[in-house]
Amino acid sequence: MSSEPLLITASSTVSALGRGIQVAKTALLQGRSGLRRNDYDDGRLDTWIGRVEGVENVVLPGALAPFDCRNNRLAALGLETDGFATAVATARQRYGARRIGLFLGTSTSGIEATEQAYLQRGSGDGPLPASFDYRHTHNTYSCADFTRQYLELEGPAQVISTACSSSAKVFATASRYIQAGWCDAAVIGGIDSLCLTTLLGFNALELVSAQPCRPWDRHRNGINIGEAAGFALLEPDPGRAGVALLGYGESSDAYHMSTPHPQGEGALLAMRRALDSAGLTPVQVDYINLHGTATSSNDRAEDQAVTRLFKEVPCSSTKGWTGHTLGAAGITEAVFCKLAIENGLMPGTLNLQDIDPGLSAPILRDTQQRPVRVAMSNSFGFGGSNCALVFGWQG
Amino acid sequence: MMRISIEHIGLMAPGMAGWDAARPVLRGEQAPDTQTLPAFWPNLLPPNERRRTTALIKLALQAAEDALRHSPYALYELASVFASSEGDGEVVDRICQSLTLPDRPVSPTHFHNSVHNAPAGYWAIASGSRQFSTSLAAGADTFAAGLLEAATVAILQQRPVLLLSYDYALPPALAGRGYVDTIFGVALLLSAQASDATMGSLQLELKAGTVVPPILPAELAELREYNPAAAALPLLIALARAETADLALPCHDKLTLQIGIDM
Repeated sequence: MSSEPLLITASSTVSALGRGIQVAKTALLQGRSGLRRNDYDDGRLDTWIGRVEGVENVVLPGALAPFDCRNNRLAALGLETDGFATAVATARQRYGARRIGLFLGTSTSGIEATEQAYLQRGSGDGPLPASFDYRHTHNTYSCADFTRQYLELEGPAQVISTACSSSAKVFATASRYIQAGWCDAAVIGGIDSLCLTTLLGFNALELVSAQPCRPWDRHRNGINIGEAAGFALLEPDPGRAGVALLGYGESSDAYHMSTPHPQGEGALLAMRRALDSAGLTPVQVDYINLHGTATSSNDRAEDQAVTRLFKEVPCSSTKGWTGHTLGAAGITEAVFCKLAIENGLMPGTLNLQDIDPGLSAPILRDTQQRPVRVAMSNSFGFGGSNCALVFGWQG
Repeated sequence: MMRISIEHIGLMAPGMAGWDAARPVLRGEQAPDTQTLPAFWPNLLPPNERRRTTALIKLALQAAEDALRHSPYALYELASVFASSEGDGEVVDRICQSLTLPDRPVSPTHFHNSVHNAPAGYWAIASGSRQFSTSLAAGADTFAAGLLEAATVAILQQRPVLLLSYDYALPPALAGRGYVDTIFGVALLLSAQASDATMGSLQLELKAGTVVPPILPAELAELREYNPAAAALPLLIALARAETADLALPCHDKLTLQIGIDM
C-alpha cells in the first residue's frame, strides 16, 4: 500500500540530552551522552537512566491543573520547546481546529501518580488518597486529553499504546487519517516518563543494565530506561520543501510477549512494508536508526532482520545518548532522522567498544558527516509490535 | 465519508454472554439479567499461554472467539484493532501493591501483561497473524475511535479487520476513579466489501458539534455509563433488530461520529 508524503512542518524533542533540536544536534555531534547513574528512585536500583532535567518544576496552566503528573509535565515541556505550540496555533488558523487530528503514543502514561498513591497508602487495603486523580493522570488517554486542550484542537484524537513502538505508529495512523479525509493535518508525538513500574519491571525481566547501555557491543547486557517527549506537525501539501514521512510499515511478531522473533521475522516485515509504502527499494536507504536497545536478544533479532533486507546500509543506535525512552522512542528517533537528513549527519553508536562478532549489520561507531537523503527508523515493542518509518527530503 | 460492512459480531457483557444470547435482549424481547457476569472459556490460546493471562485478556479473546465462530477467514489473514479505555487495572493494582512491599517484588509476568497491547500480543500468538495491529485508547469515546481506526484500515488496506473494544471493571482500590466499573467486550469483523455474510453496512462521517448519545433502556444505559466499550450498544441494537438507523455517537468534545446503518 503506498502513502503520500507528509511534510514535518514543525517538531520538538525533549530528552536526557536537554530541551530542543539544537541541543540534541550538538550532543550527537560532540558525543555527549545524557545518561546518568540512577537518581530517580533514590538510586535504589543500580542502573543508569536518561532523566529530563526540570520536569519537577513544570507548572501546568491553571485550567489544566487536574492533569498534573510527571508524564503531562513532560508533555508540556515538549509542547513549549522548539516553538511547537506556536506552530500548531498557526496551523489551527490555516486548517481550523476541527481538521487537525491528534495522535500520541505512550506506554505507561502517568502511572507514576498511581504508584505514589499506593506508596502513600502503604501495603494495606484502605482507600487511596482522595487527592489522587486517576482519570486525568494515569488513564491511557490522559496525555492526548491534556494536549488536545492545551493546543485547543477539536479534531479526532487517540492514544496509541503498543509499548515501545507507540510513538512510531502514530505516524502511520496520522497518515491513514489524512489519506481517508478524517483530518487535513495532524499533530503526532510521544511521551513516556520515568516510573517504578518500568524500572522494576524491566529489572524483573533481567533486561536492565547496571552500566551505560552498549548497543551492538559483545558485552552489552541490557537497557537504560529514559524519558522523553516529542511532537511533530504533519502536513500533506504545505507548499515548501523539507523532511517528510515517505512511508511506514507495521507488523506483529506473533511469537512471544516479551522476546522478539529470533530471526526478526516481524521486524523484517515491518521494514519491507515501510519501503513498499514509500515506493523505495533497499538500496535507496542511506541510513537506518536501529531500535538497538542493547539487550542481547533484541539486537541479535534486529541484526538478522536488517542484514536479510539491506546490503551495507550504515546503521546505528542512539540509545546510548538518550536511554530507551520506550513509548517516546519512535518520535525521539524520528526527530534524529530529520536531523540526519537536514544536516548530513549519521549519529554513531555511543558506548559501542567491541562490536559483537555475531552481528553483521554495518554499525557506525562514531558520528559522521555524510549526506542522508533517505533514513529509516525502527521501533519494536512488547507483544511483538513492530513499526518502521521512512523519512526523506521532499521538495 | 466512509462505507464499511459488518460481517460478524461477538459480545461478552453482563447478561449477554455471546451474540446469540444477546440478540433477544437487544431486540427488547427479553429483559437483560445484568447481574449475571459472563464466564470465560477462551480456546484460542493454548493452556500454557492462557495460564499467564488476566481477566481483561480473556474478555478480549472471548469476544473475538464469539465473533469468529462463523468467519470464513483464516485467523492469520486478519488485521486487528484493540480499543480499551483503561487497559489492565488488575495488573496495575498488583504491580503498585508490590511496590509497597519490602524488596518491591514486581512480577515479570505482571509487567509484560501490563502493556496496553498485551491482549493484542496474545491474539497475535493465538492467531499467527503478522498483519497490522494497533492498540488504542480515547477515554470515554474509545469505541468511536476504535471504529474509525478499524474502518480506515479495512478500506485503505482492503483487508478484513477485527475490531475489539473491551474494558474490565477496575479493581476496588481504583473503582470510581476511571472510566470503567463494569465488564463489556464487543468484537466487530469489518470488511471493505459487502458480501453474503454482511449483517449491515455502516456509513461513517465526522461532524462538528457535541452530541448526547442515543437513548437506551435503563439497564443498558447503565452498562454504557460504566464502560466506554458499551457505547457500541445503540449500533448493536440496530444490527440485532436488522433495522436501518442513523446514530450520532460522541467523539470527544465538539466532534460527533455519525453512523448511518443499512441492512
